[in-house]
Amino acid sequence: MKARAKFLTGSGIIVVTLVSLAYVGFTQSKTYYHTISELGALHGAALHQRMRVSGNVRAGSIEHLSGRVDFVLEEQGRSLPISYTGRDPLPDTFKDGAQALVEGRLTPDGRFNAEQVQAKCASKYEATPDQSPGAAQPGRT
Amino acid sequence: MDIFGSFALILAFLAAAYTFAAGIAGAITRRPLLTRSARHAGMAVFGLVTLAVASLEYFFFTDNFSMAYIAAHSNRALPAFYKFAALWAGQEGSLLFWSWLLSTYVFLALFVNRNKHPELMPYAGVVMAGVQIFFLTLNNFVASPFGVLGGPDASGTMRLAALGDGHGLNPLLQYPEMVIHPPMLYLGYTGFTIPFAFALAALLGRYPGEKWIHITRRWTMIAWCFQSIGILLGAHWAYAVLGWGGYWAWDPVENASLLPWITGTAFLHSVMMQEKRGMLKVWNVWLVFTTFMLCILGTLLTRSGVISSVHAFAQSSIGNWFVGFLALVFIVCFWSYWLNRDYLRSDNTLDSLVSRESSFLFNNLILLAACFAVLWGTLFPVLSEWVVGNKISVGPPFFNKVNIPIALFSLLLTGVGPLLAWRKTSFDALRRNFAWPVIIGVLSGTVAFAFGFREIYSLICLILCVFVTLSIASEFYRGARVIAARDGSNILTAIGDLTMRNTRRYGGYIVHFGMVLIFIGIAGSAFNKDIQMEMAPGQSLAIGPYRILCQNFDRVANSNFESERATLEIFRNGRSEMMLYPERRFFLASEVTETMVAVQSKPLHDLYVVYAGRSPETGKPVIHAYINPLVKWIWFGGIIVVLGTGLALLPNRRAALVLKPLAEQSWGDAVAKSASPIGAIARSSDAHD
Repeated sequence: MKARAKFLTGSGIIVVTLVSLAYVGFTQSKTYYHTISELGALHGAALHQRMRVSGNVRAGSIEHLSGRVDFVLEEQGRSLPISYTGRDPLPDTFKDGAQALVEGRLTPDGRFNAEQVQAKCASKYEATPDQSPGAAQPGRT
Repeated sequence: MDIFGSFALILAFLAAAYTFAAGIAGAITRRPLLTRSARHAGMAVFGLVTLAVASLEYFFFTDNFSMAYIAAHSNRALPAFYKFAALWAGQEGSLLFWSWLLSTYVFLALFVNRNKHPELMPYAGVVMAGVQIFFLTLNNFVASPFGVLGGPDASGTMRLAALGDGHGLNPLLQYPEMVIHPPMLYLGYTGFTIPFAFALAALLGRYPGEKWIHITRRWTMIAWCFQSIGILLGAHWAYAVLGWGGYWAWDPVENASLLPWITGTAFLHSVMMQEKRGMLKVWNVWLVFTTFMLCILGTLLTRSGVISSVHAFAQSSIGNWFVGFLALVFIVCFWSYWLNRDYLRSDNTLDSLVSRESSFLFNNLILLAACFAVLWGTLFPVLSEWVVGNKISVGPPFFNKVNIPIALFSLLLTGVGPLLAWRKTSFDALRRNFAWPVIIGVLSGTVAFAFGFREIYSLICLILCVFVTLSIASEFYRGARVIAARDGSNILTAIGDLTMRNTRRYGGYIVHFGMVLIFIGIAGSAFNKDIQMEMAPGQSLAIGPYRILCQNFDRVANSNFESERATLEIFRNGRSEMMLYPERRFFLASEVTETMVAVQSKPLHDLYVVYAGRSPETGKPVIHAYINPLVKWIWFGGIIVVLGTGLALLPNRRAALVLKPLAEQSWGDAVAKSASPIGAIARSSDAHD
């Protein structure tokens, strides 16, 4: 066999191996992103997929129970009860009103079992600093 | 003063536009005066952007909170060190900083080559100016850092408003590494502009031969080195600041920085094929084009918030500009390639599967596969939304499944490739070069297995690391032995001598060795342990060889933050070894809480302790402790990689006696076949560089 053919065969084997590994990894970790309102419309296999849902944490809804943390996510008037059962401590940014992204699966009783929670507070450093009239000092250009 | 900064930016834009236009005119009319004035204008861009940067820094240091950018990213109590670094804390400043680094590179490239390559430089200057025009457009017209607060009042006159104090720097960024990490990464991203510009210029101008590769070799290595430092510092920052016990999460922004690094690595290797054998010309041109486009894509992903990421960068419409620019770059690249494709015809073909050429080809193939997999995984949420209307993301299992085997295979090639001869390697040479490294590698794997080391990937990694280290060591030893025999010097002097005669080759080996250390460190993560516990003073927990005794909790405060701190005493084998103080800081200006991790780093493992907050049920503090084996090797390997790259950048010292090369052979073959050891050295010094 010529060197070129051998090289192409070798490359073919490598590529096929990698593609199949990628496929396995993909099916293991693919996560669907849904809005809370979309969840109601899911049926069949789609209900049991791993998914990510985002929303705002309803003020006062965070309840620390033994072994889990319950809270409610809200988005456009719809809400979803969440139970966080992951073992990592919740992020510092996770508090009332924060924007949160949860990852996990829906349980048959309609709760969402979250294995991971990411949160981003509507942080001050990202806001546009144009509304602090108290401190404003007028000047002339 | 804000007028001064924006004025300098506008002038910089005009100068870049002039460089572009006059450069084209100069290349067409071949009037040296035009070309020279274009070059001078290109150099002037650097001075003007520098003035703009200086002006913005001046506002930071004078606490000018009428400037929108200063008010958003600084406050009076911020330490001076961070006021300086706040320049790149937000969108506008980062882009300005980007332009400034780019203009620095362009200035140096124009200055170093001012009297050289008269056929190539005008084209390269035009390409570089084109890239600068894009970024300066963003700086001037899309995301100006010189916006002021306030607006027109009732009578229509403009009124400035100033805040009493700014909003402060994002506390996540208030960490020394965050001052160095972005500049390093940006120096990598922007640095690839230079090889890109020369490659495109060589193609457009049909510049003869492989010269553009020689000219840009050092530039590519510098950009690659900065990119490596940037990635590792980012990983270290994530490890030391984010407090989740790891350093790499396949986050989109991390991936974005990895992509051009991968293609840049492939490029650094595949150019040798073109220099030595005149092969892979099309491939190399496209590799450098791709690397540059991935740098732009990286900026797009970092800056636009297209893909949600833990890196809290604001969403903005600036992404459209980057997408447009990417499309334009691709069209220009493809068009110049199509017009000049006959110029890139290969001189040679592959002779044998067991040869240096094929090891480079496999290296490129798998690096590209890794790049494609990472790119695919990163962009998948966007792609799936376009195609099936549903955002689907993939997680770490996908990236790890594909990339761990690729990484291990490339580690294997790191050991094998340099010992193979160009064109064809005989079975004898294989046996001579590989017998001992393979035997000892497999032996150490067997011993490790016997001692209960059962993680398959880590075991393979261990075997390969031993194999690669030995094959690198044998390269140094074989070469040095010849010199030592000739000069009567000792072997260590001979190794130094050998290295300085072919810095690119031996510097490259040192980079490879640094990568081996990084691999060892990453393989250690298979043995991570952690434990989380509520602790009151007097209580203790056990992890690995340690017992952690909680002594006390206290509060400390300064003008920047208030912090709650645990005082932990660490015992090992019953003996008190050290104190650790994990903290949680509440930053006053930004009203954000951050974790300050306490890490005790040792060669064999890190003890990593996080004060995770107070338990809401009991009010007791929660301590999360991790044992992360071998993490230190990653950072140490990174230092070796940088030193090796630095060495490879040095010019070769001439050997005392240089003979004309007879044939291109690998070290092993040359030494074995040569009757005269001196002849072998002279020949081999040509074999790799």
